[in-house]
Amino acid sequence: MTLLAIEKLTVLRGECPVVDHVDLSVGPGECVGLIGPNGAGKTTLMRAALGLERFKGRSSLADMSAPDRARAAAFLPQSRQIAWPVDVETLVSLGRVPHLPRGGALSTADRDAIEQALDRLGLDGFRQRIATQLSGGEQGRVLIARALAQQTPLLLADEPIAGLDPAQQIATMQVFAQLAHEGRAVVVSLHDLGLAARHCTRLVLMHQGRVVADGQPEEVLTPDLVAQVFGVSIWRQDSPMGPVFQPMDVL
Amino acid sequence: MTAPKPLALVLILLCVVLFGLSILVGPAGLSMGDTLRALFLGQGEAATLVMREIRLPRAILAVLVGASLGLAGAAMQGYLRNPLAEPGLIGVSGSAALGAVIALQTGLVAAWWLALPLAALAGALVAVLLILLLAGPRGSSLTLILAGIAVSALAGAMTTLVLNLSPNPFAASEVVFWMMGSLSDRSFDHVLVALPFMLIGWVLMLSLGRALDVLTLGEDAAVTMGVSSIRTRMFLVLGIASSVGAATAVAGAIGFVGLVVPHVLRPFVGARPSALLWASALGGAIMVLAADLAVRLILPDRDLKLGVLMAIIGAPFFLHLIYKTRGEIR
Repeated sequence: MTLLAIEKLTVLRGECPVVDHVDLSVGPGECVGLIGPNGAGKTTLMRAALGLERFKGRSSLADMSAPDRARAAAFLPQSRQIAWPVDVETLVSLGRVPHLPRGGALSTADRDAIEQALDRLGLDGFRQRIATQLSGGEQGRVLIARALAQQTPLLLADEPIAGLDPAQQIATMQVFAQLAHEGRAVVVSLHDLGLAARHCTRLVLMHQGRVVADGQPEEVLTPDLVAQVFGVSIWRQDSPMGPVFQPMDVL
Repeated sequence: MTAPKPLALVLILLCVVLFGLSILVGPAGLSMGDTLRALFLGQGEAATLVMREIRLPRAILAVLVGASLGLAGAAMQGYLRNPLAEPGLIGVSGSAALGAVIALQTGLVAAWWLALPLAALAGALVAVLLILLLAGPRGSSLTLILAGIAVSALAGAMTTLVLNLSPNPFAASEVVFWMMGSLSDRSFDHVLVALPFMLIGWVLMLSLGRALDVLTLGEDAAVTMGVSSIRTRMFLVLGIASSVGAATAVAGAIGFVGLVVPHVLRPFVGARPSALLWASALGGAIMVLAADLAVRLILPDRDLKLGVLMAIIGAPFFLHLIYKTRGEIR
């Protein structure tokens, strides 16, 4: 069973392909780290997979009807938008909208999903706070909670941990790994190679619109590939807590 | 997805009280007993005429016009995610006014009174078609605003042209006075012309509640949560055109309601766009009822225009609000 199947997906900006013949398939239990330098096409790939961009090729999510898609995959956009000064609980409860019957109110199951999402991101004490008055990182976590409340088999998150403090970055990656462990799937784009290697079950490395490597973190983060794609050297050390990857110098 | 109940009660109560006052106050100087007897029992021929043909339709129109403007304002602000948006932005009020002005100027109104509201509605319809042609059913909200500004500017220019070519000063002053917006001397026929369009507009806009809530998270997130951007935009444009077009057709151009009312009520509904919709409809009705009362009480014999009073009170009030909340708007 696959939760996301992308075949030969290409997105053109004018003549220039920003995503170029990408094949990707994600199944339950996977926490896929989407890595690559700025402009590699990570965001465009996610948006196209969801049908937010025109593309050539095929994406299983884009083929679905809008209501079905909203129950199959949640998307966390890179830009953190909260337009109105609503409280945190209200904002997170928006994640339940795809599950509500027409004109219906929140059910007990909906309430549970909201509680669980708040709990997973440690937002219990923030419930009544006005979301727009929180710090950037806190807003980021509230929006992740919104996506979790949607309780979809698949979560696509575009740089969700950018701007979070180290503890929150790790905690968030652990939440994603936990979701995968529970049989759901997560595709997360990020720039921190160390965190990606430590918490993802699989890494997909993009460069100039193409997937150049796809596999276990150790297979993808080889010195050669990292040097070629990111232009940095990487230091690897096997520790009792698993392999550690640290980018070192610009080459 | 309902708002706090006390707010609904307060707004409805205010609405009812002001509606009552609106019926009781007028130049005929009837006592309260006389007015009620005339209204409900039809006692006293002149009094019954005043109540049923003049004051009652006026009060009903105040509610309908106010609710349309308030609701359209809340819907527009919710859609654009901008507290400075107002229904006039998409050019419907300007085009409806142009239609009315043409009807006045060509003398069609003298031949058939219905010509004015119908011409105004036609103006609103043309505006919608132009906007949809310019901005298309897809495209961003920015294109919609730009198309609206273009249509507004065109309608404004055409209105000025009509005034410019006006055959005599009386015709010109008639147009100018109409454009100031008023609810005096309206009849039940006006109610009947406007009501169907307003109802259609209300249904379209109220059905957007959930979509507007989700749009709080931005357009990308909203689309992935099942909101159809095409449907949302079509319902919004058609809803505003239908209700605001009808409001302009029967009452002339009345500004500030759609801008100020949602802004004032937003904190009371926890800033939730869906709850703000109906709250703003009630709030708009309250504001127009109150202003129409004030028009009759402040200068009873000078025919002070509703739109003028609204702008005179509305603008400083809005400035005060901005001053008070300048730290919170980001």
